[in-house]
Amino acid sequence: MMPNGLAAIIKKEFTRFFTDRRMVLTTILMPGLLIYLVYSFIGSAMTNAFTVDEDYQPLIYVQNLPPSADALFFQLGIVLNPVDADEVATAKQFIQDKQADLLVIFPEDFDSLLAARTHYTSASAAVPPTDEPFNIDVFLNSTSSTSTNAYVLVNAVLDSYNTPTITINASGLTYDLASDEDTAGFLFASLLPMLMMVFLYSGCIGVAPESIAGEKERGTIATLLVTPLRRWQLALGKVLSLGVIALLAGASSFIGIMLSIPKMLGGALGDEGGAAFGGALYNVADYAQLLAVILSTVLLFIGIIAIISAFARSVREASTMTLPMMIVVMLVGALAMFSPGAQTELGYYLIPAYNSVQCFVGVLSFTTSPLSVWVTVAVNLLVTAACVFALTKMFNSEKVIFSR
Amino acid sequence: MANPQTIVQAKGLCKTFKLSAKQQRIENAPGRLRVAVDHLDLSANKGEIYGLLGPNGAGKTTVLRMLATLIKPDEGEAHIDGFSIGADPEKVRAAVGFLTSELKLEDFFTPDYLFGFFSTLHNVPPAIAAQRKDALFTRFGIDEFAQVKVGNLSTGMKQKASLVLSLVHNPDVIIFDEPTNGLDVITARVVTDYLLELRDQGKSIILSTHIFTLAEKLCDRMGIIINGRMVSEGTLEEVAAGRDLEEVFFDLYSAATKEVA
Repeated sequence: MMPNGLAAIIKKEFTRFFTDRRMVLTTILMPGLLIYLVYSFIGSAMTNAFTVDEDYQPLIYVQNLPPSADALFFQLGIVLNPVDADEVATAKQFIQDKQADLLVIFPEDFDSLLAARTHYTSASAAVPPTDEPFNIDVFLNSTSSTSTNAYVLVNAVLDSYNTPTITINASGLTYDLASDEDTAGFLFASLLPMLMMVFLYSGCIGVAPESIAGEKERGTIATLLVTPLRRWQLALGKVLSLGVIALLAGASSFIGIMLSIPKMLGGALGDEGGAAFGGALYNVADYAQLLAVILSTVLLFIGIIAIISAFARSVREASTMTLPMMIVVMLVGALAMFSPGAQTELGYYLIPAYNSVQCFVGVLSFTTSPLSVWVTVAVNLLVTAACVFALTKMFNSEKVIFSR
Repeated sequence: MANPQTIVQAKGLCKTFKLSAKQQRIENAPGRLRVAVDHLDLSANKGEIYGLLGPNGAGKTTVLRMLATLIKPDEGEAHIDGFSIGADPEKVRAAVGFLTSELKLEDFFTPDYLFGFFSTLHNVPPAIAAQRKDALFTRFGIDEFAQVKVGNLSTGMKQKASLVLSLVHNPDVIIFDEPTNGLDVITARVVTDYLLELRDQGKSIILSTHIFTLAEKLCDRMGIIINGRMVSEGTLEEVAAGRDLEEVFFDLYSAATKEVA
C-alpha cells in the first residue's frame, strides 16, 4: 500500500492542478490544439510547396511519341524523350527514384489512328475503326512536386486534342509510382520527433518549476518539511504527479499529431488519399511503442527540471535555467530531420533524450527494433530514479531549501 | 535527562552562515562567515512557556529553526521530548508544532483542505482530525472562512489558519517564532490567550520575541540571547531580580557589546 504521506502529496498536487481551470486549459488542452494547428498549417504549406519553378524543364519519357504531340510540347518549350518498349521499366524506376518526372505511353501509330477515325469515310477504308477511345497512360510519382506538376501540364496538353476519343490513365494500372508508405514514413520521421520533444518538454516546464521552485519561493515547501513527511515521499510524490500531468499535456500533443496526420498527408498525397492513409500507416504496436517512449521521456524531463527548479530561487529563475535545456532538446530533436533512419547501434540508446528521438524516428520510419525501445525506456526511467534520489537529498539540504 | 521536568534541552548549539559578497558589504561584516548562534545552551520545562528574548538578528529564529529540525546545527545537540534533533528528526517533527511567519500556506487551497492535508502528513486518523478541526475552527472563528482560499484571506485570518494548522497533530511542544508579529491588537490577544490556554492544558511552549512586555506577561522562564549567545536564563524573578526587564536587558546588551569591542 502507498504510504500516507506519499498519497497525500500526490493528491494535493492533483487537487492543485485539476481544480485550477486555467492551468488545465493551458497545460492540457492548449498543446494539442496548437500542435493540430501547426501541423495542419505545415500540411497546407506543403501543398503550396508543390508548385514548381516556372523555368523547370521536366524530364518526360514518351513511348510511341506521335509527331503531333511532339509539336504541341515543342510549342510549350518542352522537350520529350522518346523511349522504346524495352526501356519502359527503367523509366518507371527513374520516376520512382525521382530522377525523372513522367512516363507517357501513347498507343502505337497514334496520329494515323486518330486521323483514320476523324476522317473516316466508307471510301477511305473498308473497315470502320472501333469506337473504343484511345487510352494514353501517364505514370507519375505523387510525392515529387516536379512530377505532379508535369502531370498536370501533360494532362492539359492532351486535352487540346479536343476529342472524346481519348482517355487518360483508363487502363486500370497503378499510375502513381511513389512507394507511399516509405515516403509518408520518411516525412513523419523527419518532422515529428523534434516537435514531439519540444511539446513534451514544454508540458514539463509548464508544471515543474511552478510546483517546486514556486513552493520554495513562496515558503510553502518549508511548511511541509516541518511535518514528519519523509523527504523521499515528497520528491517521489512530486515527480510522479507532475509526470502524470505533463504526460496529459504530452498526450494532448500526441492526439493533436494523430488528428493532423490526415491533413499532413493531404498535403503530400491529396486530401482523400491522406485521410484514408493516416489511420493505416502505423499499427497498434507502433503506437504502443511511441507511448512508452513518450511516458519515459516525460518522467525524465520532469526529473531533470525538478532538480533545476529545486536549485533555482524563484520560478522565474527556474524558467531561465531550464531554457538552455530547451535548446538542447530542440537540437537533439532536429538531428532527426537530417538522419535517414534510426540509429541501429544499441549504444546510442543509452543517451537520455537522444534515445527518445531515435525511437521516434525508428517507429515512424519503420526502422525500429523493440530492443532499442526497451533500452530507451529503461535508461530514461533509471535517470528519473536518480533524479528522485538527488531531489530527496536536496529537500534535506537547508542550503537548497532556504537559498533566497 | 538531568531534570525529569525538562522537555527541551539544548547543549552547545552553534550555527554559522556563509555570507555572499553582497551581504558582506551590506552588513559591513569583517569576514565571509557570520556566527548566528554561538555555543548556546537552553533548557525549557514541561508545561511552561519559555521565552527567547533578544534584539533582531540575535539568533532567536536560527535557534528555533534548529529545534524544529528545519536546519541542522554545525555543532551541539538538542533533545525535544527525549528525541535528538540530529538522529531522530522525524520523531521531533511529530512531537513539535512549529509556527513562524516564514512557513507559508499555499494560496490556492482553503483552510479546510489544508487541515485535512496536514493531518494526513502527521498521520492523524481522519475521525480524530475531523473532531480537532471542528474544535479548533470554532475556537478561532475559522469556520466562517474555512472554504475561502488562503490567498483571499486577511493577514489576521492567515495567521489564525497557520496557528491552527501547526497544531493538527496536537503536539506536546509548540515552538512559536514571534507570535504576535504583524497582528492587530485583537488578533494578537486571541493568540496570546490561546498560548496561556495551551500551557494550562499541560503543553510546553517556546516562543521568541523582542517585545519585553509580552515576555513579562506570558513567560514562566526566559533566556536572553545577544549575538548568538545566551547571556541570562531563568524565571522572570531570577533574570530581572525585581528590576524592569527592559533595563536589565540594556545592561546585559551594553556589557555584551563592550566585551566584543
